[in-house]
Formats: sequence, C-alpha cells, structure tokens
Amino acid sequence: MKRFIPFLVLVLALGYLASTWTSGRSAADSTTEFDLDGFARLPVLANGRIKPMDTVARSSLLIMQGRQGLTTPDGESLTPPAWLLDVFYRPERADTYQQFEVVHPGVLALLKLEPEDGDGKKRFSYEQLLPHLEEIDRQSSLAENVEAPARDAFQRAVLNTRVHVVLYQQLKHSLVFPDGSDFLGNLQLLNDRLPEAFAAVRARQAGEPHDEMLARTVLEAGQAFIRMEQIGNLLTIPPLDPAAADNDWDKTGQALLESFQAGAVNPYALAYAGLGRAWRDQNPEHFNTIVRLLTAQLETRFSEQLDKVGVETRFNVAAPFYSSMTLYVLAFLLAIFSWLRWPDVLGRSAFYLVTLAWVATTVGIAIRMWLEGRPPVTNLYSSALFVGWGAVGLCLVLELIFRNAIGTVAGAAVGFCTLLIAHHLSLGGDTLEMMRAVLDSNFWLATHVVVITIGYSATYLAGFLAIIYVVRGVFTKSLDKVTADALGRMVYGIVCFATLFSLVGTILGGIWADQSWGRFWGWDPKENGALIIVIWNAVILHARWGGLARTRGIMALAIFGNVVTSWSWFGTNMLGVGLHSYGFMDAAFYWLVAFAVSQLVFIAIAYVPARLWRSPLLTKSRTT
Amino acid sequence: MSRSAVGQEFVKFFVSLRVTVVLLVLSMVLVFWATLAQVKLGVWGVQEHFFRTFFVLAKIPGTEIPVPVFPGGYFLGGLLLINLVAAHLYRFKFAWGKTGVQLTHFGLILLLVGELLTSLLQEEYQLRLDQDQARNYSESFRDNEVAIIDTTDPDFDNVVAIPESMIARGTEVQHPQLPFRVIPRFYLPNAALGRKAAEAGRDFGIPELANQGLGPQIAVVPQPITYKDTERNLPMAYVELVGAEGSIGTWLVSPMLVAPQTFDYGGRSWRITFRFERTYKPFSLELLELRHDVYPGTEIPKNFSSRVRIQTPDGSSDREALIYMNNPLRYDGLTFYQYQMDSANGFSVLQVVRNPSWPIPYVACALMGLGLTIQFGIHLFAFARRRTRAATA
Repeated sequence: MKRFIPFLVLVLALGYLASTWTSGRSAADSTTEFDLDGFARLPVLANGRIKPMDTVARSSLLIMQGRQGLTTPDGESLTPPAWLLDVFYRPERADTYQQFEVVHPGVLALLKLEPEDGDGKKRFSYEQLLPHLEEIDRQSSLAENVEAPARDAFQRAVLNTRVHVVLYQQLKHSLVFPDGSDFLGNLQLLNDRLPEAFAAVRARQAGEPHDEMLARTVLEAGQAFIRMEQIGNLLTIPPLDPAAADNDWDKTGQALLESFQAGAVNPYALAYAGLGRAWRDQNPEHFNTIVRLLTAQLETRFSEQLDKVGVETRFNVAAPFYSSMTLYVLAFLLAIFSWLRWPDVLGRSAFYLVTLAWVATTVGIAIRMWLEGRPPVTNLYSSALFVGWGAVGLCLVLELIFRNAIGTVAGAAVGFCTLLIAHHLSLGGDTLEMMRAVLDSNFWLATHVVVITIGYSATYLAGFLAIIYVVRGVFTKSLDKVTADALGRMVYGIVCFATLFSLVGTILGGIWADQSWGRFWGWDPKENGALIIVIWNAVILHARWGGLARTRGIMALAIFGNVVTSWSWFGTNMLGVGLHSYGFMDAAFYWLVAFAVSQLVFIAIAYVPARLWRSPLLTKSRTT
Repeated sequence: MSRSAVGQEFVKFFVSLRVTVVLLVLSMVLVFWATLAQVKLGVWGVQEHFFRTFFVLAKIPGTEIPVPVFPGGYFLGGLLLINLVAAHLYRFKFAWGKTGVQLTHFGLILLLVGELLTSLLQEEYQLRLDQDQARNYSESFRDNEVAIIDTTDPDFDNVVAIPESMIARGTEVQHPQLPFRVIPRFYLPNAALGRKAAEAGRDFGIPELANQGLGPQIAVVPQPITYKDTERNLPMAYVELVGAEGSIGTWLVSPMLVAPQTFDYGGRSWRITFRFERTYKPFSLELLELRHDVYPGTEIPKNFSSRVRIQTPDGSSDREALIYMNNPLRYDGLTFYQYQMDSANGFSVLQVVRNPSWPIPYVACALMGLGLTIQFGIHLFAFARRRTRAATA
C-alpha cells in the first residue's frame, strides 16, 4: 500500500496543476452573465507591446496595492478585469474602492488619514485621497528636486503615491470621458450629424442663429477628447489604415480628435463606448455581443496578436509560478520529514512534487519566452525565475545521483525563495518589458545573460547545501559519515560548476561590452559583481586544493558565496550607477542586509566547537 | 640558513597556493571597495584611484598627505601574475589530467596581460557629427590641447597643437612653424568662465594676466576636478606669445571660449584656442541620417543608429555604413560605436576606439572555457565511474 503513496501524491499534484490551466465555462453566449474572460482578452498597446486588458488590470493593481484581488465596500470581491471595467466605465464606484496602498506615516499625515481608515489598515480609496491631492502634488514636486538616490523614505513614498494616483487617472481616461455623461450618445450624435454640428459651431462663433445644443455638444466633446488624449496613456485604438504599421495604435482621445477631420467617429472608439454603456446598465447581453463583434473585427487583422494575447490571459489566470510555490512548500516539508520517518515513501513523494513544480516553472518561463520572442532572462524579475529554475534543475540531478533527499530539500527551498523574490519584483508592474536599445541583442541575452545567471544559481545552490550540512550537523544527529561525504562532494561539484559558468559568463559579458561599448572591461558595478563571484569561487577551489580549508571551512566559504552572489545580483543595482543599473530598488536593500547577516550567522554556527555538534564532526575527513 | 635555502623559501612563497588565496581575497576586497567608491568618484576616478595604481591612497584626516592604505590593481594583478606564472613554471609537468587546469591558467595569464596591454595601448576618442556634416578628426574624451592655427591661406590651415600636459607644466614651446615662442603663464585644470561684470566683487585669487583677445573681459572661477562620467574638466590657461621684438600679448584660452580669438603677426593671420585634443584621420565621416526610435507609446529607446558615409581624399574609399547599438563599424584599425545621440538637435556622437589588443580576451575566453570544461569533465567522469563501481560492488 505504502508504495502507492508517491504516485497518489503525484496524481493529486498533477490534478491541482491541471485545474489551474482549465478555464471555467465560457460566458460568451450567455445572456445573464458577463463574458469577463472575453473582455480580458481584448488587446491594447501599452509599454510598447500589445497585451491583454487582463495584464493591464493585474499589473495596475499590483503597482497600486501590491496584490491582484480587491473587495468593494459592499463586500463584493472583484476579479481584475471586472475592476478595470469599473475604473473605465463606472469611475464613481471605482473611486470608492480602497485600492491605494499608503503606509508611510508622513504621507498619511498629509492625507489626514489614520491607518484605521483604510482597508487592512493600509489601503485607501481615491475619494479618501481626493481632498489632499494638491498637497501630494506639491510635496512630490519638492521631492523631485532631490536626486533619486538621495531621497528619503518620505520623499519616495509621496512620489509613489502620486505615481499611483496618476496611473489611476490615466486608466480612467482610457476609453470614455469619466464624468458620468452619456459618452456613447454624444459620439453617436457626432457620427450622425458631424457636418451640421460644425456648421452650428461656425454659426455660433459668427454670432448667427444656430442649433445651440449641437454646437455645445461638439465643443464639449472636443474638450473631453483633448483631456482624454492628454491624460490617458493606453493605446486602445488599432490602426484602421491597412498601410499603417501593426503597432501604430492610438489613444482613444487621439482617435476621436481625428474623427473631426475624418468626418466619422472611429468605430473602435464607438464600440468601446458602447461596451461602457452596456457595463453601466449592467446588461450582459449587449456587453457580450459587443465583445464578440469587437473581437471578430480585430481578428481580421490581428489574429496572430490575439493568439498571443489569449495565451497571456490564460497564463495570467493559471499563475504557474504561484502554484509552483505551493508545491515547493509541500515538497520541502515532506522531504524534511523523510529524514525522520519513512525516508523512501516521503522522499520519493517530495521528489515528485519538486519535479512537477519545476516542470510548471519551465512551462511558465517557456510561455514568457514565446510571448516576448526573447531568451529567458531579460530583466531582474526573469533573472529571479531563471536562477530558481537553474538551481532546482541542478538539485534534481543531484537527487537522481545521491537519492538522500538533500537535493529535494535544497531544490524546494531555493525554488520557493527565488519565486518569492520574483513575486516581490513583479510589484513594479508588467514584467514583460521592452528591451532598451543597448540590451536589444538576442544573441548576447541568450549567451552571456543565461550563462551568468546559471552561475548565480549554482553559487546559491552550493551555499544552501552548505547550510544543510551545518544545520544538520550542529542541531541534529542525522549527519552521518555517508551523508557528510555526500554533501561535501555535492558542494565541491556545484562550486566547480559555478566557477565554470560564472567565469565563462563574465568573460562573455566582457566580449559583449567590447562589441557594444568598445571596451572589454569597464569596472562597471555589475561587472565587478560578476568578477567577485568568479574570484570567490576560485578562492574556494584553491583553498580546497591547497589544503587550506577542510570540509567545515569549505562549507563556511560556500555559505559566504550566498552573500557575494546576492551582492552581485541585487546590491550592485542599488548603487544607481553604471550602465547596467536597470533595476533600482530601495526597500529591498534592508532585505539584502538581513540576508547577509543571516548567512554570517550560519557561518558562525559552522564554527561552533566540534564537541557541541550533535553529529560527530569529522574534522579529519577530507572529501576528494 | 644558507643562501640557496633562502632562495628556496622565497620561491616556495611565490608559488604557494596560500599566496594565491590571499591575493584573490585581497583583490575581491579591492573590487568591492572600488564598486562602492564609484557612487562618489565615478568610474574613471575609480580606475585611477583603485586599479591603475600600485596603492590605494588615502589622505591622513585633516591633512593633504596621502598614505597608501591598500594594495592597488597593478600591485595585486602583478603579484597574481607572478604567482601564477611562477607556480606553473615551478610545478609544470605534462599530464593529460592537468591539461584543463593548465589551459585555464594560461587563458587567465593571457587575459591579465591583455588587460594590461589594453590599459597601455587603447586610445579612445569621441566623434561628434552634426547632420550632413563631414569630419576628418575625432576628439579626446578627457584631454585637451592648445592649438595655434595659421589661417592665412584660405585653402588650408596650418596647426601647431600643444598637449595640455605641457601647458600644465608651464613648458615653453619653440616650434619651427611658429615665428614666436609660446609661454604658458598660468593654468587651472578645471575652471568656469564668467563675465567680469557679473562676477564683480568676488575674488577667487586668480591673477588677471590677459591683455589680448577676450581675456580682459572674463572672470575665471576655479572648479574642483571632476571624475564623473557625465562631466569633463574644462581647463583654462594664460598663454603669452613672445616674438623676436618682445611680447606680442597674453591670451586667456579655454575650451569654454567658443568664439575664435584671432590676431595678425609677421604678415600672417593666426588663431589661438584651447580645444578638445584632436586626432586627424586619413578619411572623413559624414552623418547622413540619425535615428532614435522608441517603442510606441513609451519613452523606452528601441534603437539609436547613425548612417554615415566614409570617404578618403584619394577616392579609394567611398561607402555608407550603418552604426547602431551592438553593431559598431570597424574601419582602418578603428572601431566606431554609437555613443550618444540628440535627435532634436540633429547630432550624433560616436565613440572611436583603437585597441590593437582587442582579440586577446576572445582567445583567453576560449582557452579558459575549454580548460574548465576539460577539468571538471575529468572530475565528473571519475566520479561517475566510482559510483558505478560502488553500485556494482
């Protein structure tokens, strides 16, 4: 019976993963239910690429409040697309949603708000911010005068708040003018009677008799379009002209202003206004019809883009990296228990779970690569995914060789941690970014960046294996001679691997720099960071070959490798200098320091006198 | 201890792995420290203070006296090189099992030597091209020169250029093409210039020596030397010209003065200027088109490119080339990289590099990658064989 437990675990986990990828029943033909999925798949051009409304909704929510879910004051929980529809079309409701995260006490004081006024003591509504937006603006202007690295926490927080408010206002001006007026009615009126309307305006200006209602409608509509053009930032209207480039999209405001010259209102703008009316009236039948027609129209020219947008929406909903995190946690617990009880059954179950989680992240990374048309690592976020992927892959190999659950434990831990880091990095917005000109080279992204990132993976893995050695040795009796030898070999093997990849990756980086900037080595912080990793791995190897460090020393050195790698990966970006500083973060600085301190604590523990180790420390042993 | 024994000890010290490890750790500390220092010093300052030096110097607090506090890049790099070479000479034995390690270290030696050569031989200039303008010279990023130009002939100029270092030392210059001597009287490595009227009442302790050209109306404000990547030092000097009959006059010169300062002497017309050091090329580049594309709806740069035309006066070369990020133009031993661009003002700046040692890192990289792969492959193979033996036993 026990033999079947691992397979049962495998089947359950597979079922769990499969359930995240199967979409619910489609509401496209429903007359009572909104086809939110259909809306979520509508394409827009934002941040330089065509993406689904779904991604716009999710990344906006992440930026504003650090999570994708939202509960209205009535207690209704909204999906991201439903939230976006309210922002677009029912701003008077969206204004009451508590969706702006503000935690800095100084900023709260500016807003005259107490934490207790907010949802979860930190999220506030646009209505709550509204009376003090001018003060936020004034404080932001003051903060902008200070150079970015020199800004204090308050200045950063106040600027963030303004960025979030601006983002919200931009969204509100994307499709219709958010004053609650009958936008669709006005557009239809213009569409039907544009020449007449122009005549009325001219007559009015000339002081002649005219249709006052018509003239006012045109003038007010013109004002509204200008405001939408100025404030909005989503490019929602695809090109009508077959000769125009596929990415030559317009803002709604822009397209509507052009309607005046064209003599007819842009059909896409009209359709989106119609969608707004249907959503305001809460009329699912109309809503679904318009979504269907809009999609069919887009299909005529953008079928390829719609395929990608569809996959991206499915990918967003499935969130494979989050399901992998769950599996990694389960695997970690099972593998730890396997050292105490039923090593075979639990060890195998845990191994299956880690493998499955790794496969899920592989699929996720592959989809991202396909969407972007790029190698796996393009920014800090994707480097976190890939560091985890590489390290877990190595762990699976180790586990297949040694079968002692160490690879599983390390893989689950590293996999979980890197995905957690990735989650925090995703709070900056859409993670599928466009590549700046200087980085726009798939060849070098595929070679230098991938190789060096695998170097990071391996260096971390060596460090984590060393931590397992120290913790098991000092705190448990489970580190017997066989396990200790195996760990020693694993760490040595992984350090060799890390040296190879970080060295080759670093030199490839130098060659890229020679190709694009005219110098092989420029002592840029990121280059220095990579060099430090190489040197440190070389130190470990030479210390071992020279007999300067035995097993315990090597373990301590490998743990310090974690600090070195973290510095290179994140610390160098925090300096805000150099050609590579594309990912400046500040809150992460404290986490980096905390992590470094924790590693130093592990090193200190490693040097607890041998008699205090619960497992016999084999000081004389040297692994070869 | 006998003399040979001392020698033995000495050799043992230099070939020991302990020294290697200590040197590696020290260089790691140096690199880390230099990275942090970059926030204040900029990348050029760091190279001067940490890497292209034998010692990192720090001033004793409260004084201007520098003392060495840490070994610098040349020192550590040099010792590592000695250690590496010595260890390999001392222990060299050919064995197939060692080829990996030996290849790796040979690659490393090559890389270090290559970097040394680069730091000695590499020349870097910038070439600023305005739209539809042809240029046959590039300008230095950091160095300047005083140029005295005989402009009498309308068809060509005759230029005598004096490097900034000679001006800084106050070296008197007598040149066969000049009918006068050039005597630098005063020099500041970085200075701002203002109108005397605007700066009235402020005394910076700068002598007022100029009696010719624009100098008498100008106030000189000394500036600290900058090491930032985005700024450059703009020096100033007072230069006196002395002919056979005595002093012709003293001019204030600085790259900040764009307006030409001209005078007549000995029946010829002259211009004097302190300008970015120029290197003339046997060909000219003309900027035909520059492009700065962004991704739609964003400010993210997608592409910077300059379409240029290369021409030689003898007509042997006349072709177009497109230079963009990651795609430099290699011509006449020089490499032209897209460096800066201002599409609004219609100019493009190319970085021009001459580095005869550029292929070395490529070879070194190949050797090291191959060496490490062999080395670790051997380990892996041995390990796998041991395991299969253990499994079958």
